[in-house]
Amino acid sequence: MEYVDILTSASFWAAAIRIATPLIFGVLGALICERAGVLNLGIEGIFVVGAMTGWMAVWIGADLWTGVAVAAGCGAVFGLLHGILTVPLGLSQHVSGLGITLFATAVSYFTYRTALPNVSSPPRIEAFQPLDVPGLSDLPFIGPALFQQTPMTFLALALVLMVGFVLYRTPLGLAIRAVGDNPAAVEAQGLSVYGLRIGAVMVGSALMALGGAFLTMSAFDAFFFGMINGRGWICIALVVFASWRPGKALLGAVLFGAFDAFQIRLQNEVGGAIPSQVFLMIPYVLSIVALVIVARKADYPRALLQPYFRGQR
Amino acid sequence: MIRFEPRENVSSTYAVLVPVIAGIAALALAAIPISAAGADVQGAFIAMAKGAFGSPFAISELLARATPLILTGLAAAVAFKAKLWNIGAEGQLYVGALAAVAVGSGAISAPPYIMIPLIIAAGMMAGGTLMLVPTLLKTKLGADEVVTTLLLNFVVLLFVQMMLEGPMKDPMGMGWPQSEPISAAATLPKMFPRLRVHWGLVIALVSALIVFIIMTRSVWGFEIRATGENVSAARHAGIPVTATYVKVGLVSGALAGLAGVSEVAGLKGYLTADLSPGFGYTGIVVAMLAGLSPLGVVAAAIFIAAVFVGADSMSRAMSVSNYIADLIVALSLLCVLVSGLFVRFKMRFVRPKLPKKKEAEEF
Repeated sequence: MEYVDILTSASFWAAAIRIATPLIFGVLGALICERAGVLNLGIEGIFVVGAMTGWMAVWIGADLWTGVAVAAGCGAVFGLLHGILTVPLGLSQHVSGLGITLFATAVSYFTYRTALPNVSSPPRIEAFQPLDVPGLSDLPFIGPALFQQTPMTFLALALVLMVGFVLYRTPLGLAIRAVGDNPAAVEAQGLSVYGLRIGAVMVGSALMALGGAFLTMSAFDAFFFGMINGRGWICIALVVFASWRPGKALLGAVLFGAFDAFQIRLQNEVGGAIPSQVFLMIPYVLSIVALVIVARKADYPRALLQPYFRGQR
Repeated sequence: MIRFEPRENVSSTYAVLVPVIAGIAALALAAIPISAAGADVQGAFIAMAKGAFGSPFAISELLARATPLILTGLAAAVAFKAKLWNIGAEGQLYVGALAAVAVGSGAISAPPYIMIPLIIAAGMMAGGTLMLVPTLLKTKLGADEVVTTLLLNFVVLLFVQMMLEGPMKDPMGMGWPQSEPISAAATLPKMFPRLRVHWGLVIALVSALIVFIIMTRSVWGFEIRATGENVSAARHAGIPVTATYVKVGLVSGALAGLAGVSEVAGLKGYLTADLSPGFGYTGIVVAMLAGLSPLGVVAAAIFIAAVFVGADSMSRAMSVSNYIADLIVALSLLCVLVSGLFVRFKMRFVRPKLPKKKEAEEF
């Protein structure tokens, strides 16, 4: 069976992990925000910001890792804005998040257009190249699938471990999880609810921006309008699917990447018999299905969406 | 220290003042990117105002742009009032347009007084039915409607592209992915000769009036507001919450579908996959600027339309990208959110607590 051949080919899994990488960043970012009790629907726009600023920093002349840092920093700035609007001001997280998405997208597009008024084709940069890890990259199957990825993929995988460690093994992680479940208890401990929540939203937004930066600096080497194409929203669905756990987030993202990579290969197999749009719909439909499967038993952070005002129980 | 205290009664003056202030603030903030783009700020704003209001042609363009925004704004306003987060107006607009084209481009031939109500009904049914999916996923399975409506927008757009490249492609369209033109009988007539503003505007205004009456004068409107304010209290009071969500979803989706009908049958004449430059999403801004009031939606839609039309005309004359319009729209949403605080709360400057003795000395 040729479908089995697809699933057992190393290049298939390499593609799955490549497709999963921006989602790993995005899901981790959304997870950190939501664990602290703040839904961040700014994600779609923050992806755009990361994609545009990271790319533009390199295009201007910075080196790639500086570009990554710029993207993360710009993401954190929009996170700060969302944090201020939703945490101390207690505004609707839904509406503020959508506002951030509209604002971040518009700022990015405006900046790009202003910097490059008339370009026929988007200018390219020297993007990240796949790493060649001596020894490991030559391993059969695992080598090409896992160890010939770009450095940002390894950063994403490392961040899964780091976020997991911080959330479950450190006092800071305990505080972040507590502030999303029971902020009054956190304040009773003498910790700042506002500080923890805003900080978490900023860090989460920085990670979301890295997801965008991966697209313009690793997956592709240029910035296009509309290139994010709902990836942020998919992350919001995946984070529910992952029941707010970093390990499951990785699993969800890779599973999603595998479905998407499979869909692309299937499209080539089937040729023109089925319209390509049917295949392109699959990721979105899949995300909805994933959300529906877990919806009933989803264990939302208990204080998610609920603003907290100091001294008000 | 600043403390926010909830206001007892929100005066209606504030309710009008807040969005006006937010709009002005958004325009003022837009001066930063305009000057960053190297343009003369004052000249840019004058060019925008002229582009939006400077001639009968400009005003016609403004009203033509406001038409879909009134409808998508109403779609968001109705849904958000019940705290049903329908972010899917964009997709519902497209299925509405698709249905209008399916019915109105030659499949049926009848006189206008039959065709026009027919395509309106088809578009509204399509939009409402599409919104039924996330509503039922929410009420029956507990799936968050924000994410499902957002993701459905992408599915719908791909579906529309598929139809336009396949079964619904115009054989006379020179190979472009576009539908067959709406028949003359199903076309919404222009209101004035040589101007693009069409009877869709009247449909939008009537819709606003009907939604206003429903929301303020009917039991149903009360149920919607009660559900939005506190679901569990509403349920406790015997309000059929699930049924309310379903009805709200149907109405909201139908209004967005109607926007699609109006665009395709009043303005474009045939369907392409770029029918809407994000009217569904902009409708959310319109609704929020309007404070979710159906009549306020009309004013807010005209403001947002003026921003778009003005910015288009300004960017043709100056070196400022017309993405400035999206920027102003996004800024007005953020500004109205913040200024809304001043309606619901009064700000009091509170002295940091001083030792008692010192306080006594001071006074």
